Amino acid sequence: MFFMNDKDKFFGFLKSPSVDQVGLEERASRFTKRSIKKETKLNGLFLTLNMIDLTTLEGKDSEGKVKQLCYKAQHLHDTYPGLPTVAAICVYPAMIRIAKKALAGSGIKIASVATGFPSGQVPQKVKIKETRFAVAEGADEVDMVISRGKFLAGEYNYVFDEIATIKDACGAARLKVILETGELGTMDKIRRASDIAMHAGADFIKTSTGKIQPAATMPVTLVMLEAIRDFYYQTGKMIGMKPAGGISKSKLALHYLVMVKETLGDAWMNNEWFRFGASSLANDVLMQIEKERTGNYQSGNYFSID
Amino acid sequence: MDKKMQTVLPKKKKNTLKLKFETTRSYAPALESTSAANIKPQYDLFINGKFEAPLSKKYFPTINPSNEEKLSEVAEANAADVDKAVKAATNAYEKVWKKMAAKERGKYIFRIARIIQEKARELAIIETLDGGKPIRESRDFDIPAAANHFFYYAGWADKLDYAFPNKRTESIGVAGQIIPWNFPLLMAAWKIAPALATGNTVVLKPAETTPLTALKLAEIIQEADLPPGVVNIITGGGATGVALVNHPEIKKIAFTGSTEVGKIILQTTAGTNKKLTLELGGKAANIIFEDAPLDEAVEGVINGIFFNQGQVCCAGSRLYVQESVAHTVIQKLKDRLESLIVGNPLDKNTDIGAINSRQQLQTIQKYLKIGKQEGAELYESPCALPKKGFWCRPTLFTNVAQSNRIAQEEIFGPVLAILTFRTDDEVIEKANNSPYGLSAGVWTDKGSKIFNMSKRLKAGVIWANTFNKFDPTSPFGGFKESGFGREGGLHGLLPYVNLINS
Amino acid sequence: MNNSTISKKTISKRIEVLKTYKIYIGGQFPRSESGRFYDLIDEGGKKIANICLSSRKDFRDAVIAARNACSGWGNRAAFNRSQILYRMAEMLEGRKQQFIDELVQQGNSKSQGAKEVDLSIDRLIYYAGWCDKYQQLFSSVNPVASAHYNFSVPEPTGVVSIIAPQSSSLLGLVSVIAPVIAGGNTCVVLASEKNPLCAVTFAEVLNSSDLPAGVVNILTGKISELSSWFVQHMDVNATIYCETNHAIQKMIQEKSAGNVKRIQLYDKIDWNKSEGQSPYFIQNMQEIKTTWHPIEPIGSGSGGY
Repeated sequence: MFFMNDKDKFFGFLKSPSVDQVGLEERASRFTKRSIKKETKLNGLFLTLNMIDLTTLEGKDSEGKVKQLCYKAQHLHDTYPGLPTVAAICVYPAMIRIAKKALAGSGIKIASVATGFPSGQVPQKVKIKETRFAVAEGADEVDMVISRGKFLAGEYNYVFDEIATIKDACGAARLKVILETGELGTMDKIRRASDIAMHAGADFIKTSTGKIQPAATMPVTLVMLEAIRDFYYQTGKMIGMKPAGGISKSKLALHYLVMVKETLGDAWMNNEWFRFGASSLANDVLMQIEKERTGNYQSGNYFSID
Repeated sequence: MDKKMQTVLPKKKKNTLKLKFETTRSYAPALESTSAANIKPQYDLFINGKFEAPLSKKYFPTINPSNEEKLSEVAEANAADVDKAVKAATNAYEKVWKKMAAKERGKYIFRIARIIQEKARELAIIETLDGGKPIRESRDFDIPAAANHFFYYAGWADKLDYAFPNKRTESIGVAGQIIPWNFPLLMAAWKIAPALATGNTVVLKPAETTPLTALKLAEIIQEADLPPGVVNIITGGGATGVALVNHPEIKKIAFTGSTEVGKIILQTTAGTNKKLTLELGGKAANIIFEDAPLDEAVEGVINGIFFNQGQVCCAGSRLYVQESVAHTVIQKLKDRLESLIVGNPLDKNTDIGAINSRQQLQTIQKYLKIGKQEGAELYESPCALPKKGFWCRPTLFTNVAQSNRIAQEEIFGPVLAILTFRTDDEVIEKANNSPYGLSAGVWTDKGSKIFNMSKRLKAGVIWANTFNKFDPTSPFGGFKESGFGREGGLHGLLPYVNLINS
Repeated sequence: MNNSTISKKTISKRIEVLKTYKIYIGGQFPRSESGRFYDLIDEGGKKIANICLSSRKDFRDAVIAARNACSGWGNRAAFNRSQILYRMAEMLEGRKQQFIDELVQQGNSKSQGAKEVDLSIDRLIYYAGWCDKYQQLFSSVNPVASAHYNFSVPEPTGVVSIIAPQSSSLLGLVSVIAPVIAGGNTCVVLASEKNPLCAVTFAEVLNSSDLPAGVVNILTGKISELSSWFVQHMDVNATIYCETNHAIQKMIQEKSAGNVKRIQLYDKIDWNKSEGQSPYFIQNMQEIKTTWHPIEPIGSGSGGY
């Protein structure tokens, strides 16, 4: 601890607890055994809608697509009164300005990916520039990716410093740090990356870009929630959580909410501290809400796809 | 950067930050419907393949411990009834079961396994109604595990020649089996399945407070068309058990229950040549080292002591946590304790159900009082408890000393005693410092330490980085005063056979 | 004194050094703490020796020695235990004549004695070989249905008190001790009351065989005095009784309730025959321990974490 080399500086004083994957998966599956019914289910569905970062991150994204997404974000299903809006829309930096305009006055936040999303394979100065650009364009939130290559090479200090640097560049914008858990290999690494990100200044930690499989899973999210819990115990500071990719069904979303609720408690049960990064989840939730209202199972044909 | 890093260093002062779970415990009710459960108003004794009115002419009620309502009444077997049952079993042994081809014997047992699977839902509901355990546990654990146990031993019936090198096996005769109330159907399976597979016949007495699933099993055995008398199920209290143990035609006794009663059985069977298997009490040490996967360890501790309201002989009721992580672990345990849902056992979301009986609740409450008197610090979930029925909040004691009674004696309830340690040798010494030796838990990331601990802990089952896991293939049973003989796996055959030179 | 009354022959005769038969506790040869003894008389009514009449306090001391030796012996490499048992056989072979003489003193013919010693040596070799094999025979890897590695292994029960066969003074003794210690237990043995000589001499064999002190402790004395202590002691894990006395059998079973002692009654075994040796004698003094550990499912599926 007192003779640490540069690489080990960070973990010289912060050791991540190990994770047993079998026990973790067992715990994660326990949440899926909760039976969520009646008003609890409806509340959960509403909350899910309100936690969605409605996302489009395609090479083929166009101005029209983004505008449409922004409209959808504000008018999820007009025939159903009193629905909440989504939390944010999530786009590439080049689309921020369009989204900003389309969402003016809605209260819906704009999140932008940055730092050479999704691979992060650009020089650090480009990452800083891109971040500053996104914030200047009007992003309320920046979703950065960590340098997985450096992380896997054991250069934890580099990863730590880079996150801290981007946090600086964010100014007032909230920083979500994408670990890209599908590339990290083990739960221990995911736990370590979570700890590094939080200690380096992340406001949120996020599982995935959505471009790599596997993306968010319940066990992975649970590791990160547990890291958030420990960080809270140690510092009293709350960190947000965003699973992204692969959550497209409302039933699964409800399992996630149960997991958040029973791991971190009531304080995290709002979109200030928990988000779903998803593109098709919203419609499934709407269909479920309709089902609860009408008693009939729904068809996708009656819900616009974007 | 260093400066920034400094600002987020953990504070030296121990914090007491808590998470809030008020709303977590209030999911909308998700009750399992009881319409699938067919419980008769009255049950007779299952003797020689038929339900027969007891010679005692007496019945006693069995109640739902979660609301104290009567579910049914069951016959109370007296010595004459026991005699009738044992005679039926002897007759079936001599005339049918002993002579039957082993593979046919096996097929009957397979049948029983299958029918249990088919009736799993009904059995789960009845188990929960009669015993107070959460429906999630009876549905996901008790009933499937019972079916699996029959399935496993069914396959052994015609393979016994391979079980013991250079020996043939010979069945013993009539086995008298007495089972506890904590896992009523599963314990019946643990007892009956290996006994039948090895060619013995059975008289089984379920616990006084939880007779219903055993009686449903009797119906299943009828449905499976098992030859009459091969399995007899008689209900009753302590006196019935005594009559069974003392019956001269019983050749084998398998008992699961308290060490106190186990010792009485040892005394009363002395000089009789009855073969014994005893599965008795426990006070398992669950040991967390500082390098453990802490969140999984905490979950293991919770599962270890609150599974089935802690009414488990292998419950991890003594937690030894290494001093350097004790604060963290206790902080996590307290929060986790509060997220447990206590309430109606039929609610699918219930984590902690009712205590099995008023008597057991009184025992637990006695220990809660003792713990406080001994100076330990009590912490319990602030959850509300139902007005009727037998309930106990999940509880943990900190500041416990090795000499405290709550750290020495089996409580058999949702009460955890937490102790700390510094070195490996210290914790081994403390963990083994018990008359019991049924199970133990070890949590560490270090493989070599696991093997060392596993070797040095004097207990029949060691759960390393896990806890309270069971499987039909896995032998279960204790060292020291936790009893002898194994149930489950290859080793579970031995108590039901005589080995003959081949 | 008139020197002429002593014959020349008497003067020139070498005076034989008689053996003092003592008990064996913790690698030492003390006399009974009680100071008591009994006369061992041969068939012709001639006194052979004074034999220690061990007391319950001797037994207590022996149990302490056995308990102290327990974890060390149990944790020895099985291979090492095997070598020590083999060494015991070597030592016995080397002192064969002494044992034959003692057996003859106790009423056996020379050829009977020689046969018994040979069998005893072979029995030690037999169990020496088992030391690192019975585990494989009685272990199992259990295919549980969850993501866990699960295995069961036999482990020594602990301290075993043994009331040795009365008639088979050497072979019986060796046949009950060897499987107990081959399995990593330690023991306190009450030698045959009528034929105790070989037991004491066997202790000398043990003492020169690299067997750690306290692993085997041998007392001489009366079954009627000691048997209840053998089974009552709360720090003894198991008791072996090799006689047919039903009252004692019953007493042993009754008193085993004190600490749920494991009891083995070897009352129908002919130690001269092949049924007198078997790995199942080792297993009888073993506890099965089952260990579970999770198996991390890395790489077990496509694209998994």
